[in-house]
Amino acid sequence: MATTLPKVDVVVVGLGWTGGIIAAECAKAGLKVIGLERGRKRGTEDYQKIHDEYRYAVRYELMQDLSKETITIRNNRKMPALPMRQLSSFLLGDGLGGSGTHWNGHTWRFYPYDFQIKTMTDEKYGPNKLSSDYLLQDWGVTYDELEPYFYKYDQTAGISGEDKNPFWGKRAQDFPTPPMKRTPILKKFEGATKSLGYSPFMLPSANLSEAYTNPDGEVITACQYCGFCERFGCEYGAKTSPEITVIPTAIKTGNFEARFHANVMEVIKSGNKVTGVRYLDTQSGEEFIQEAEVVVLASYVMNNAKLLMVSNIGEQYDPETGKGTLGKNYCYQILPGATGYFEEQMNTFMGAGALGMSIDDYNADNFDHSDLDFIHGGSISITQTGYRPIETNPIQQGTPTWGAEFKKNSIYNYTRTLSIGAQGASMPHKENYLSLDSKYKDVYGLPLLQMTYNFTDQDRALHKYITEISTNIMKEMGAKTIEGKVAITDYDIVGYQTTHNTGGTIMGANPENSVVNPFLQHWDAENLFVVGAGNFPHNGGYNPTGTVAALAYKSAEGIIKYSKSGGSLV
Amino acid sequence: MTEKPKNYSRRDFLKTTGIATGALIGGGLIGGLVGLNANKTDQEVSEGTINHEMATNQGFQFFQNQREFDVLSNATERIFPKDDLGPGAIDLGVPYFIDRQLAAQYGSNTKEYMHGPFAVGAKTQGYQSRLTRASIFRQGIAQLEEEASKRFEKGFSSLEAEQMDEILTAFQNDEVPMTGVTSAFFFRLLRTATLEGAYADPMYGGNRNMDGWKMKEFPGHQMAYINVIEEEKFQKIEPKSLSGM
Ligand SMILES: Cc1cc2nc3c(=O)[nH]c(=O)nc-3n(C[C@H](O)[C@H](O)[C@H](O)COP(=O)(O)OP(=O)(O)OC[C@H]3O[C@@H](n4cnc5c(N)ncnc54)[C@H](O)[C@@H]3O)c2cc1C
Ligand code: SF4
Repeated sequence: MATTLPKVDVVVVGLGWTGGIIAAECAKAGLKVIGLERGRKRGTEDYQKIHDEYRYAVRYELMQDLSKETITIRNNRKMPALPMRQLSSFLLGDGLGGSGTHWNGHTWRFYPYDFQIKTMTDEKYGPNKLSSDYLLQDWGVTYDELEPYFYKYDQTAGISGEDKNPFWGKRAQDFPTPPMKRTPILKKFEGATKSLGYSPFMLPSANLSEAYTNPDGEVITACQYCGFCERFGCEYGAKTSPEITVIPTAIKTGNFEARFHANVMEVIKSGNKVTGVRYLDTQSGEEFIQEAEVVVLASYVMNNAKLLMVSNIGEQYDPETGKGTLGKNYCYQILPGATGYFEEQMNTFMGAGALGMSIDDYNADNFDHSDLDFIHGGSISITQTGYRPIETNPIQQGTPTWGAEFKKNSIYNYTRTLSIGAQGASMPHKENYLSLDSKYKDVYGLPLLQMTYNFTDQDRALHKYITEISTNIMKEMGAKTIEGKVAITDYDIVGYQTTHNTGGTIMGANPENSVVNPFLQHWDAENLFVVGAGNFPHNGGYNPTGTVAALAYKSAEGIIKYSKSGGSLV
Repeated sequence: MTEKPKNYSRRDFLKTTGIATGALIGGGLIGGLVGLNANKTDQEVSEGTINHEMATNQGFQFFQNQREFDVLSNATERIFPKDDLGPGAIDLGVPYFIDRQLAAQYGSNTKEYMHGPFAVGAKTQGYQSRLTRASIFRQGIAQLEEEASKRFEKGFSSLEAEQMDEILTAFQNDEVPMTGVTSAFFFRLLRTATLEGAYADPMYGGNRNMDGWKMKEFPGHQMAYINVIEEEKFQKIEPKSLSGM
């Protein structure tokens, strides 16, 4: 029997970026907030001995424990879905800060084009640019409407950057801190892209170029370029993360309480409202019901979708009939690019997660697609994150993968190889979706989330096109040998790609084609909010978190308003 | 929550770190910066004797007999052989690294989804075996022995290098029957574990004397590169292990 706990104003499920932002904003507004996090409490003091590639990057110390819960995967509806038994393709977060603890810090705002992609594509290329198998739709919110929330996140996180990209949406204010250092490796890219006529700029970064105090009074220190950023926590508190910004802000108000080892299993619905959530204290084994005026799901793409499905809230998407919205428009990302082998040695082992330069000449609709068989594109970047020796063994095609020749080549190339990579946008397809698995269960007895996903022709064409451009840039950079990324075929769960999963709980202007409204308020339950990259109706040519955070700020504003006046926010 | 330092500029932060925020970041930053400037000499005991002693004196945590361990050792050495660049897997302690890992979380797949039903599945669906890594290694090593006696009427460890390579290649190409797992998968596991042992921090028992890092010119655990990140010149930095902190 579950124990029912006294009602609070807001219960937030998950304490990553989205949960942290909602908690801080609501607590500042005077609402009593409880945050339930399945993982443990952790902070900067836990990252003092973190320069350990094996434990943290290879064995995934900070990430989700799949023995408790995973997803099942298949490429299409005809295949039996099987569990993702080991982490690999994407790395799910766990514990205070979620993936915001071990992210890189690339911080982007999606393009004005992204938010109105359907309208703008139809206007420019006619209604049949993509076949009807692609479920393109506008987001129900525009870039201009989101601009103040984007800036709010820039300020909270102290983002380091320069407003020199001629293509991106207009910024009302410049970045709070200057860009990171231009290293010789970045300068190579800068020179090459300039001479090709492109417009390079420093990648907006949450690894701060200088110490900064945010409007809430939280201090973020300056990045030391230690080279252990992605997949690691920052020992300096120099990589903006929820546990050094929004969570302490929430705590300071006195209105927020975090509960750890609290795994939420169900959202309880009654009529057109929810009453709270049921969770398990994974240490004591006790079950609780936390009642709340407002429930916020901030437990990442996968778990947000799963919680709605197991709680029977909303209509499951059916690819056969096209009906239902829950689980629809699941998208991933594709990673075109090129690798160059150089003669000179470079300091490839130094770096920071978001130390990079980019061009956007081939992102969004910044180039003409009239004669191309795809839409959108991707940001093309060089990043100097710090090559780590276990996982970086660059060898040219045709070199044996083990033995004397492998050893020699991988050691030689370790300090002589650079890569250019792109975040390729991903368009929703009617056959790509999330649902519940009928066979496999988690340790709590709930069905696993099932992913049906494959790359589409649109993905393959975009990948090929951007790879060619990356190859040209690498040539201009002076590499001795260049290898473009191998063409993509089927999506494969093995091998890290990105943790930029999107869709499943998409936002939109009406309940026919979306799960939540533009305040991320559920269409079927007015006091339930679902926040995260799951809200994206398609995936853009950037990393998601800047956009996710802006949506979270907008949603927080909606929650505060709702708690005063109730009803639908639209 | 941890107390945060006040809003220092980067310069101040570096200058005053040891005094003002020593508790927050520990001695690490200072050590790192001193190391960068002074490049103090490696204090680890240098090669030779200690290698040999460590190589024979460690005992097993997972393996039960010398024969299995020797097969593993020889196989890893073929994957990452000693050459004019420096030591191979055996001298780096890779077999001991793997022995310890097999006895720990890694060997028993404690962070992985191991519930049935099990099915083979498509390649794109990844690892689907009911076997733990520990059982895969045990079976794989037995199979290496078996294949050696089938092909050459000898134990694996008594073969010539080329003969070992022939067998390992057969595993890599999935030509050897195994139960509950493919030989190609076992080979991939073995190869990956060998590289992990060659390049993981020496505190795990491999990468002895940080020689893996030295060959690759990777400086290991340094606290900061802020002072040199803009240098054009390649930086040769004496590596540091976490165990030396
Ligand atoms: C290695 C890596 C690098 C990345 N780099 C970048 C980058 O450079 N730029 C960028 O924009 N993005 C990056 N990302 C993605 C970024 O980290 C995510 O977009 C972001 O952290 C998502 O925030 P979130 O709050 O939605 O989810 P999360 O950070 O995943 O937080 C969700 C939280 O919910 C908890 N939770 C889940 N289920 C339950 C449950 N049932 N009960 C209670 N709690 C639960 C989890 O434990 C977790 O703490 C990276 C991700 C990874 C893994
Ligand atoms: S690279 Fe910078 S931000 Fe990243 S962990 Fe190191 S010091 Fe922190």
